[in-house]
Amino acid sequence: MIKARIIVTLKTGVLDPQGKAIESALGNLGIDGVGAVRQGKVFDVTLEGDDAAGARAKLDAMCEQLLANTVIENYSVEIA
Amino acid sequence: MKTAVVLLPGLNRDRDMIAALTTITGKAPQTVWQTETTLPDVDLVVVPGGFSFGDYLRCGAIAARSPVMRAVAAAAEKGVPVLGVCNGFQILCEAGLLPGALMRNAALRFVCREVKLEVVNAETRFTGAYRQGQVIRCPVAHHDGNYFADAATLKRLQDEGRIVFRYAEGTNPNGAIADIAGIVNEAGNVLGMMPHPENLVEAEHGGTDGRGIFESVLGMSPSLAA
Repeated sequence: MIKARIIVTLKTGVLDPQGKAIESALGNLGIDGVGAVRQGKVFDVTLEGDDAAGARAKLDAMCEQLLANTVIENYSVEIA
Repeated sequence: MKTAVVLLPGLNRDRDMIAALTTITGKAPQTVWQTETTLPDVDLVVVPGGFSFGDYLRCGAIAARSPVMRAVAAAAEKGVPVLGVCNGFQILCEAGLLPGALMRNAALRFVCREVKLEVVNAETRFTGAYRQGQVIRCPVAHHDGNYFADAATLKRLQDEGRIVFRYAEGTNPNGAIADIAGIVNEAGNVLGMMPHPENLVEAEHGGTDGRGIFESVLGMSPSLAA
């Protein structure tokens, strides 16, 4: 069994209105000194078998084809 | 005049689109469920608006990978005209049939109101019934209409006349880059737009400004009062 964590984030330069809204909410809570917040997504994926190289290729494929929209997002894959 | 409307779970503007196509062509469109792998032989395929698959993951992302969208891509490749409205536009972008992406509205609010659209290119298959630069009325209703494309893609869209509609007169409701409301693909047979032309096609709607899109692409003589 292979466990992986995929992190999807917006590319630099792409406006993140949700991150901006979170920034302003943090200000409302009195948590000051916040420079910027960017919102992203985390996917925990479990793959059958123990072929790490095959898993890496499969995880990259799922990011490219579905989990990330590479027009606006970057992704990174960590295998535990 | 034969048309088809793609049906996906979570869409909610499919009935408006079916009503508009029925009114305009005099014949009800065929409906094609998401699991279908082929499309009927038609003159126009429409992917209507709504919230397919609850906008899970990203708006349009799950729908874009459904079997019927592979059939839509194949039809588009053969030159069949395809119109995507609202969620349909998002789905066409996610499916790679149109460039760019639609993101959360810049002001984070769902917008449901009328906007003004400038017909930026009246020479596409979808806009022949309009005059170049004509400003038409059209309703919008969306949460993710903030069109984004990288600088190279944007330049290409501009240079190739593929920006078909822009929000005019300061009515950009979502922060879309370059006020983009609708674009066509390179071949010119796939149009995606956020506003809902199907909701302005008969006098009872308060106007018929949206009708020209359907009449243009279906090769009908324009009945535009605009």
